[in-house]
Amino acid sequence: MSGVEQTTAAAGSVAVEDQAAGVRAQARATAPSGDTPAPVGGTIVPRWLRWTLAGAAALVALWLPNGLYPTVAVDIACWALFAVAVDLLLGYTGLMSFGHAAFWGTAAYATGLAAIHWGLPFPLAVLLGALAAVVLAVPVGYLAVKRVGIYFAMVTLAFAQMVYYIANQWRSVTQGENGLQRVPRELFGLDLSDEYYFYYAALPIVAGGLFLVWRTVHSPFGRVLVAIRDNPARARALGYPVHRYKLAAFLLSAFTAGLGGGLFAIGHRFVSLDVLHWTTSGKAVIIVVLGGIGTLWGPVVGAAGVTRLEDWLSFAGFEQIGLVTGAIFVLTVLIFRRGLWGTLTHWLRRR
Amino acid sequence: MSSDHPALRARGLTKEFRGFRAVDGVDLAVAAGSVHALVGPNGAGKTTLFNLLTGFLPPTAGRIEVAGVDVTGLAPEGFARRGVARSFQITSLFGQLTALEHVELALQSGSSLGWKFWRSAKLMRRYTPRAMELLDMVGLADLAGTTADALAYGRKRALELALALALEPSVLLLDEPTAGMGLEDVDRTVALIAAIRTGRTVVMVEHNMSVVGALADRVTVLQSGRVLVEGPYDEVRADDRVITAYLGEGAVRAARR
Repeated sequence: MSGVEQTTAAAGSVAVEDQAAGVRAQARATAPSGDTPAPVGGTIVPRWLRWTLAGAAALVALWLPNGLYPTVAVDIACWALFAVAVDLLLGYTGLMSFGHAAFWGTAAYATGLAAIHWGLPFPLAVLLGALAAVVLAVPVGYLAVKRVGIYFAMVTLAFAQMVYYIANQWRSVTQGENGLQRVPRELFGLDLSDEYYFYYAALPIVAGGLFLVWRTVHSPFGRVLVAIRDNPARARALGYPVHRYKLAAFLLSAFTAGLGGGLFAIGHRFVSLDVLHWTTSGKAVIIVVLGGIGTLWGPVVGAAGVTRLEDWLSFAGFEQIGLVTGAIFVLTVLIFRRGLWGTLTHWLRRR
Repeated sequence: MSSDHPALRARGLTKEFRGFRAVDGVDLAVAAGSVHALVGPNGAGKTTLFNLLTGFLPPTAGRIEVAGVDVTGLAPEGFARRGVARSFQITSLFGQLTALEHVELALQSGSSLGWKFWRSAKLMRRYTPRAMELLDMVGLADLAGTTADALAYGRKRALELALALALEPSVLLLDEPTAGMGLEDVDRTVALIAAIRTGRTVVMVEHNMSVVGALADRVTVLQSGRVLVEGPYDEVRADDRVITAYLGEGAVRAARR
């Protein structure tokens, strides 16, 4: 079927295709973007700049544990995955999840338990954790996507709170407030006890997770998601089953958040109830807003900024970290609505 | 499908909102290949009926058939997949997508490509030639790369039509296709609908009586959620009950004089 379609398309007027491609290229530059998230689906960023950016990001990622404490570098990588997962829903599907700690935390516990009890190599344990997050996301997402706006956020929050209390009560498995101690970091007998080396061992998983979301956003599926974000009723009238698309996006997001949560568990060799707390969901949303909703670089930059700032504040002996990140959050929402990355690209685009 | 079935049929269609009957036992049979207009004063239930006929509202009672097949209770996407496409009265587009991307999305909706999150969006270019044809048909070829937010009102309405057409519908429902348009755009839209009606069934809600007169084979007049009169345009226009519904008793007496 798809082969037939392709042939017909190829046989279609070449001139029309050229015209369309030209139109595609110039149009983004002239279209005003207003206060809504950055245009999605195509891009005005020239190819060379995109590759330069990707190259620079790869270099920074490779250099990171040499310039920062390796522990902080690992945290940045985990939170980047988490934030990008939240942005897939918030920025590209128009769904504000306020309960993503459920998936991050469930994956952290599942990964920790798999590593402790089965002695699995850590990438396998992390993958298992992410799949556990997906299993949880099926019922949560199924019920949540039937609601919109604040009600969607409330349903996700309610489920996350439920998971938190279950984890708190189910002490035989989660060890309650003591948490899972001494999570092993097994990888074919390699010595990864040094955070510096663990960072590099974890990097392929992080890159894989980020690629998954990048691919999704720039796929035919991603185009449908943006259409749903902009106008769900219209998408339905075109024949798209909106609920099922939202659910699929929800599962992909839970999987990516789960990869981050699993790595977080292995990275800290410890899982506490904090990973399921609602403030963890809140922090992920704050990172996305600070970095820039509806951009993929934004959440990554936001994760680096927030994690680094928190580390610096706690190192300086400052107790009220939430006060500072909260204040920055308020300022961002009031003054830089596009977030760090969104503001930067908007500013560059206008010049 | 055999031709003795109407393209679209409603039987005893009723919609209640908290005890208020917005649509009250409406029977409607739209013959295949005809243009059927729904008219009536404000609050007559036209928009509610329209939403019932496209699955955007579930009926309280009654049935809906498309070419003889019962589709009552289906979701809007179910109606779309059975060849019932609609446009929206209040222009309803995807603000951040270009006109071309809109039509490509509409063309893609019948295939499974939309699920492929692991493939590149460049694959959607297989729909570009057909999308450009449709944009050309509604006079938007030059604006293919403009985002919907940046289109002028008349152009948005044209894009609405292109989207509905992209679904290759057997039944096309147009919700006030000329609402808010200038005269020039109205003429253009009437010509366009006249051109695309070939081989299709068109149901339209329309206030502009000259548009109805130019296009409609049959007219159904609604009042207070019920069918007041149904028939060919000329007959309906001269009907006393219709004049009363629109203009009040005095108008009938005035017309008689």
